[in-house]
Amino acid sequence: MIDRYPEGKQKSALIPLLHLAQQEFGGWLSAETMDYVASLLSIEPIEVYEVATFYSMFNLQPVGKHVFEVCQTGPCMLNGSDQIIDYIKQRLNIGVGETTADGMFTLKTVECLGACGYAPMMQLGIHYREHLTKTKVDEIIEECRNKQ
Amino acid sequence: MAKKLLLEKAHVEGIRYFDVYRREGGYQAVEKALKMAPNDVVEEVKKSGLRGRGGAGFATGLKWSFLAKPEGVPRYLVCNADESEPGTFKDRYLMEFIPHLLIEGLVVASYALGSNRTYIYIRGEYAWIVAILEQAIAEAKQNGFLGKNILGTGFDCEIYVQRGAGAYICGEETALIESLEGKRGNPRIKPPFPAIKGLWGCPTVVNNVETLAAVVPIMNLGGEEYAKIGVGRSTGTKLISACGNINKPGVYEIDMTISVEEFIYSEEYCGGIANGKRLKACIPGGSSVPILPANLLLKTAKGETRYMNYESLSDGGFATGSMMGSGGFIVLDEDQCVVRHTLTLARFYRHESCGQCSPCREGTGWMEKILQKIENGDGVKTDIDLLWDIQRKIEGNTICPLGDAAAWPVAAAIRHFRDELEWHVNNRELCRKQNYGLAHYADEIHVPA
Repeated sequence: MIDRYPEGKQKSALIPLLHLAQQEFGGWLSAETMDYVASLLSIEPIEVYEVATFYSMFNLQPVGKHVFEVCQTGPCMLNGSDQIIDYIKQRLNIGVGETTADGMFTLKTVECLGACGYAPMMQLGIHYREHLTKTKVDEIIEECRNKQ
Repeated sequence: MAKKLLLEKAHVEGIRYFDVYRREGGYQAVEKALKMAPNDVVEEVKKSGLRGRGGAGFATGLKWSFLAKPEGVPRYLVCNADESEPGTFKDRYLMEFIPHLLIEGLVVASYALGSNRTYIYIRGEYAWIVAILEQAIAEAKQNGFLGKNILGTGFDCEIYVQRGAGAYICGEETALIESLEGKRGNPRIKPPFPAIKGLWGCPTVVNNVETLAAVVPIMNLGGEEYAKIGVGRSTGTKLISACGNINKPGVYEIDMTISVEEFIYSEEYCGGIANGKRLKACIPGGSSVPILPANLLLKTAKGETRYMNYESLSDGGFATGSMMGSGGFIVLDEDQCVVRHTLTLARFYRHESCGQCSPCREGTGWMEKILQKIENGDGVKTDIDLLWDIQRKIEGNTICPLGDAAAWPVAAAIRHFRDELEWHVNNRELCRKQNYGLAHYADEIHVPA
């Protein structure tokens, strides 16, 4: 990965490495994980902390097995994203930013994901789940439960 | 329209793969360009009148000509695939369906600019598209269009995909560069411009996905032919991503001579307002550009037809017009609340502010709080004037345009929808249960004879 950058510019690998680390270590970045990444790139831990805290995709607290990232920006709002968010809160009995007691689901609200024409929608893992309805949400929750 | 320049082959089966793309005429632009001198390729792009398709609309050929070329210093081309402007999803479409078009454009542009290492900075959330792009890059390389000594010309080029991690501000070119360097996405003060001092201090050009994809038809047709399409300084075609309360949301490639009315109501495009509702308002170019009521959207303040091009959408300035912007066309029907919509945008800008500049860092949060108050039915009369005052103090007082982008939607909402805001303030209980509705927003403006 470091070969992608000119000599001495390996710090550019930081964000890609943090994505990998988050994937590897339970979907979030602990201080230990971040210190480890710092050591891989020969940079100071603070240089990692300051980047991890800036970008919204990095989770600095543990998350559930399945993270629902629901878009709440304008165009999605016009197509009912508020209702979908309320429905998920109700079905999973959690608030925004919270994780279910069994550690299965976390609900995050996020900003525009670039799927405005297919609203309302969410990101789950690497894929987008679009054209959401209450029924579709139920199906996704089932699908996640069955993945055990 | 006659022929699509970008999306014509987007739905050919297998177009995502090199052999099909090549069979359909792909990579001819590379063959043509690499027989020319790099500066001649820049000249073709200048002749084409291509304007940056990310939102700012700056003349691409001119931007390329600014690139400094000091001896012994590497130069970089960076593709801005950070697409995060609310309402915009056209770059995603292009990359998902016809990735080789972008790769081909990147090879031509890298050659023209002398970039041996070219980066595609793609927003982190487009996670599944990374594999699509990397596959296309690998195929191009296997077939001799990337790597060392491309087509025997001695030109070396590698393209790398770099993921972002959730930051709208990284769509701003200097913040993007900071992020590519492994840092927080704080925009830099310009000058120096990236063309002089950009990535790792080296001369850099940052261009939007669609802009770079357009380089392919420009090479294939020639700059002059490309410039014949469209009108005035709106040459070539534009991708519009239409969303909101319309029957057929999606990405459309348009000739910029069509009217806004045709774009909204024709079956060829948006197919009209969904559920038989009436048009109330529209943000024609991504959330940062002014929202217009129906009566200023379809016609200018002078009563002339408004067209889907840069000049026409800007007719009237911000007093009565808007902008082409990114082409994120957001449509609101009669049941939508402009206050609520503006609130979601205020929340967006507050979330995305990098925090460097006080007017933006403090102002975005402040505007969000006031709009939330008004939306909840807790607003007071002076809140509206306060909002106007805050946005005015952000605009122009920041290092980067995010401040302006946060100010403009609020300014436009007050300018064109003040009575809706006042209705919220004056009807505290009622506004929690009902929306203001269409009111006079679709009424034709009386144009003096």
